[in-house]
Amino acid sequence: MTPPDLVIAKPAADISVRSSSGMDGRVVTAGVDITHGAILYLESISVSFDGFKALNDLTLMIDAGELRCVIGPNGAGKTTMMDVITGKTRPDLGTAFFGQTIDLTTLSEPEIADRGIGRKFQKPTVFTDHTVFENLELARKTDKRVWPTLSAKLDSTARDRILGILDTIRLQPEAGRLAGLLSHGQKQWLEIGMLLMQEPQLLLLDEPVAGMTDDETMRSAELFESLAGDYTLIVVEHDMDFVARIADRVTVLHEGQVLAEGSMEQVQNNEQVIEVFLGR
Amino acid sequence: MPSPAMTAPIPGVPIVGEGFLPRLWSGRAWSAFGIAALVLLVVVPICNLVVPADSIFHISNTTVTLIGKIMCYAIVALAMDLIWGYAGILSLGHGVFFALGGYAMGMYLMRAIGRDGVYKSDLPDFMVFLDWKTYPWFWNFTDNFWYCMLLVVLVPGLLAFVFGFFAFRSRIKGVYFSIITQALTYAFMLLFFRNDTGFGGNNGFTDFKRILGFPITAPETRMVLFCLTGFALLGFLLLGRAIVTSKLGRVLMAIRDAETRVMFSGYNPMYFKLFIWTLSAAICGIAGALYVPQVGIINPSEMSPANSIEIAIWTAVGGRGTLIGPVIGAAVVNLGKSWFTQVLPEYWLYVLGLLFILVTLYLPRGIAGLWIRRRG
Repeated sequence: MTPPDLVIAKPAADISVRSSSGMDGRVVTAGVDITHGAILYLESISVSFDGFKALNDLTLMIDAGELRCVIGPNGAGKTTMMDVITGKTRPDLGTAFFGQTIDLTTLSEPEIADRGIGRKFQKPTVFTDHTVFENLELARKTDKRVWPTLSAKLDSTARDRILGILDTIRLQPEAGRLAGLLSHGQKQWLEIGMLLMQEPQLLLLDEPVAGMTDDETMRSAELFESLAGDYTLIVVEHDMDFVARIADRVTVLHEGQVLAEGSMEQVQNNEQVIEVFLGR
Repeated sequence: MPSPAMTAPIPGVPIVGEGFLPRLWSGRAWSAFGIAALVLLVVVPICNLVVPADSIFHISNTTVTLIGKIMCYAIVALAMDLIWGYAGILSLGHGVFFALGGYAMGMYLMRAIGRDGVYKSDLPDFMVFLDWKTYPWFWNFTDNFWYCMLLVVLVPGLLAFVFGFFAFRSRIKGVYFSIITQALTYAFMLLFFRNDTGFGGNNGFTDFKRILGFPITAPETRMVLFCLTGFALLGFLLLGRAIVTSKLGRVLMAIRDAETRVMFSGYNPMYFKLFIWTLSAAICGIAGALYVPQVGIINPSEMSPANSIEIAIWTAVGGRGTLIGPVIGAAVVNLGKSWFTQVLPEYWLYVLGLLFILVTLYLPRGIAGLWIRRRG
């Protein structure tokens, strides 16, 4: 039998439509036009709350299949950026596109989730009164309107997929437990599992390893690395060792703008970044 | 053919989501359901109509009316549980839907009086009293029983749909939602108190004579109404159970526990709330329509905010999120009420308030919670 860790259950056949745009075709991009290689474009985004500029002319581009880490001091606008991408906050100015064609500023949160952007919150958010299995079942990509939901049946394909994800997130022994009874780290993993059930193309992870043990953090790093390529990931994290380990590219946010961008090494040696982080 | 994964689940993994009508209950629950149906639909009618009045097994007409009334309340509590217990939306205005259903039935019953009123007019007495010459437009067709039955469901349903659409679209939640539902029922009460509204002002509708040609006070008619109420209660219990065990039911509970996660999972909570909210209101309307011919009166006091709060208390006392709990809660509280208001009428509200506090503090899952804890 294959070892349970790091085996990522592949998305169901009908979803994993490969990009046929002459690229290498390895990234899951169902319904998202990535003909120019990028999956997310944020351009000149500004958001202010009562005069405080949470995002100030932010421009950011994420390539399909990359694993991008976003770091920055408190109040730099990391969470607000995620809010804009997922439709929770509307930008005052600027545009946000998912692929070439999907304008995120006109869609609601459920619509954006349905288009293929999954989000993990800073505080793990799972359905506490449902079992782990049911949590994954609810997250599974399917028709999520009222009537289809009322008559939904769990077929064996769906069941196998849930069991596959349970394996990936190492929660199979806990499948029948109420999610509210899980440890903090387990809840984080369950939430990640729920995101994978949604079969998104882009995953936004807000501090995914906060509160995890070293061992769990290690395994998360392995998991994310194996996801990159198949999925596009944006990880906001404070744990610098973790970032150094997983990141292809790092973006440093400061006062609502991109301060620096590049490999971890480049970013760490950047004068401005040192100034902001060490404070002079 | 079911796959092996379906028939032989891995240990600890519950079988979930086998469609809209999954396994509703265990064998024991079905037995209890059967016994309840037998008692309500066979034993009570026989003991009331067949057993002679001097026998100890005789059930008096008053008792039948009382049980019938309580069953109507139980249906309302059940409807309340669907939105409060499962979807986490506390309505403090559910009385308005109950009363509107009652008024719709009342309009038919008023028309059915014909010329047997005090003033021997084609119009109901209150309209004669106001010196009206014709029925207002909204009384059109109400002499048709089936049209009124349609109104019983449509009026509360439509009001709930429109109200819910705007409230849920604006993402009004928690205590704010409760307060505006309270305002809604209060506004309707004031509206219905006015004589000009055309629903009999503060006296409402009463003095009904017949329903579908049958005399409304005859024991046989009352027994039919009683049995219909019993059918409705048992039917809604089954419907409620089917809904909460479906995937939609699990989405509702998920909305209750973590609405943002539901939203970011791709479900639009607004439509799910609107569905269960409208359904709940329509069920209340049906309960009201069954209530009015049995108690013989409907007036605006049914829409008083205190009434709606009482509905929430029945549900809390019985146990939220259990369906059967609120049915028991409605029965216990109302039996207590009819006993207490005879013995110590001035203390009933204190007892009710105390009961609510004690249940909140010591029995968060209500009476049904006692039973669940004993088993678990």
